[in-house]
Amino acid sequence: MSAALNLFLNQLLNGLTIGMVYALIALGYTMVYGVIGLINFAHGEVFMVGAYLALTAIWLAASFFPGIPFGLTLLFLILFSMAGASILGALIEKIAYRPLRRSPKLTALITSIGVSFFLQNAVMLIYGSKEQSIPDIVPMTRLKIGAISVSLIQILIFSVSIGLMFFLTWFVKNTKTGKAMRAVSENPEAAQLVGISPNRIIAATFILGSALAAVGGSLFALNYGSINFHDGYLAGLKAFTAAVFGGIGSIPGAMVGGILLGVFEGLGAGYISSEWKDVFAFLLLGAVLLFKPSGIMGNNVSEKV
Amino acid sequence: MLLEVRHIHTRYGKVGCLEGVSLSVKEGEIVALLGANGAGKTTTLKTISGLIHPAAGKIFFKEKPIDALLPEEIVRLGIAHAPEGRKIFQKLDVLENLELGAFIRLDKSEIQRDIEEIYQLFPILKKRMKQKAGTLSGGEQQMLAIGRALMSQPSLLLLDEPSLGLAPIYVSAIFQMIQKINKLGKTILLVEQNAHMALKIAHRAYVLETGRIALEGKASDLVNEPSVKNAYLGGS
Ligand SMILES: Nc1ncnc2c1ncn2[C@@H]1O[C@H](COP(=O)(O)OP(=O)(O)OP(=O)(O)O)[C@@H](O)[C@H]1O
Ligand SMILES: [Mg+2]
Repeated sequence: MSAALNLFLNQLLNGLTIGMVYALIALGYTMVYGVIGLINFAHGEVFMVGAYLALTAIWLAASFFPGIPFGLTLLFLILFSMAGASILGALIEKIAYRPLRRSPKLTALITSIGVSFFLQNAVMLIYGSKEQSIPDIVPMTRLKIGAISVSLIQILIFSVSIGLMFFLTWFVKNTKTGKAMRAVSENPEAAQLVGISPNRIIAATFILGSALAAVGGSLFALNYGSINFHDGYLAGLKAFTAAVFGGIGSIPGAMVGGILLGVFEGLGAGYISSEWKDVFAFLLLGAVLLFKPSGIMGNNVSEKV
Repeated sequence: MLLEVRHIHTRYGKVGCLEGVSLSVKEGEIVALLGANGAGKTTTLKTISGLIHPAAGKIFFKEKPIDALLPEEIVRLGIAHAPEGRKIFQKLDVLENLELGAFIRLDKSEIQRDIEEIYQLFPILKKRMKQKAGTLSGGEQQMLAIGRALMSQPSLLLLDEPSLGLAPIYVSAIFQMIQKINKLGKTILLVEQNAHMALKIAHRAYVLETGRIALEGKASDLVNEPSVKNAYLGGS
């Protein structure tokens, strides 16, 4: 196989990997926007906290259950991170945003930036300002499929992310809470008239979005081997870009937007320059906002803004 | 008395809208609430269902005060409000709208049975079951709005201008349907512009004028009232 194709496939794979993580974070942006019309800029920090919770879970597992199989540690760290981030998401909603429900959107937007700084500083105080390295709990085995080589962590990222995306799609389509989310998103007053409490549904949305971001954070930490308190900023901004690209408010849009952004970035890094990889995301954001502000799968932006 | 509204005052910001409205609805009745545009009919219904809280006055439902409760609590007590402009969930399909109408209920098998009952009442909804509600015609959307309200098993149904914007053949169909629903045991408080039809099916009626009840009585008496004839029945 030619070296050119090889490069392409490997960059595609790297792009898809990070794209899955972007998609998991983008879902939280889009769902929260869908129900309350807020761009929750603190969401990137929830992702970052999720990564730190995963690290904490690894420490806990290593000190209380030394020598347990890595599969169990993995399961534990993901569940631990999801649970912690869900609580955090619910608290953020309740303390920071709920009191502002009737205030102008800009007030809540600025508050979300404040929450974001608060979380960064809290994490810095607790875990230190230096980069923390993540112990290698997943074996470094690589699978060769033709010319491309896939790591175990990458396979993990694909299967967990795709699994969660299917689950979320099913959840929103079929469960009572999922239907109530769509109802609140469309018309909170009408939702109240059938007995739905918008506050509860909004809290549920934050919880769900935070749990997904935490999984993203855990997988991100495992894949890159280290985490820093300001990692949520860039990842959050990119995932936000992905959500806008897909059409903010649209769940399939966030999934597709995240994955495409990752691919775009991966190929850009491979063919143009890896130093510029962060720029591609923002070029994309600029282009989308300029030419198709409703995103590739969105159609209802004007209603909400 | 099933519902008793006592001297409610409702404001939007500083602007008063209802200036001491009192009305009552007995079990089994159809009560019409008539009035010109802007009289406060919608506001009265919204105050009853909890979407707005009155600045003063009391509302009792089954003898319990409800004026401080949230809409999601009031619907649990048995008041369903089919709001002005229908407010169905456009992006959800017809079946999902009906299922959400039963949001407060947990009795799955009975919910299924009630959905079938709604389909019997409005057969067109069954045909449109999997269609997005926003793609329904105005008349069909109105049927869905009423169907959704019925799904909460209310004892009192608040209907805000169910005939608004409908073609004449739909208008008489909707009024017949309201009468039928009443015969099936639902008490109804009906807000209407179409005073003629409303007075035909109602037992009693109130006339609201700029936030105050100007007239009340048996529907059959009000039809012959000169002021009602002039203002709401086209003078004839
Ligand atoms: N959200 C609101 N904010 C401010 N004023 C309002 C609001 N809703 C209604 N009003 C005012 O309150 C008054 C009564 O309105 P309401 O909608 O209750 O009238 P209505 O009798 O239902 O009229 P229509 O027949 O046109 O539906 C009107 O003057 C209206 O402008
Ligand atoms: Mg009205």
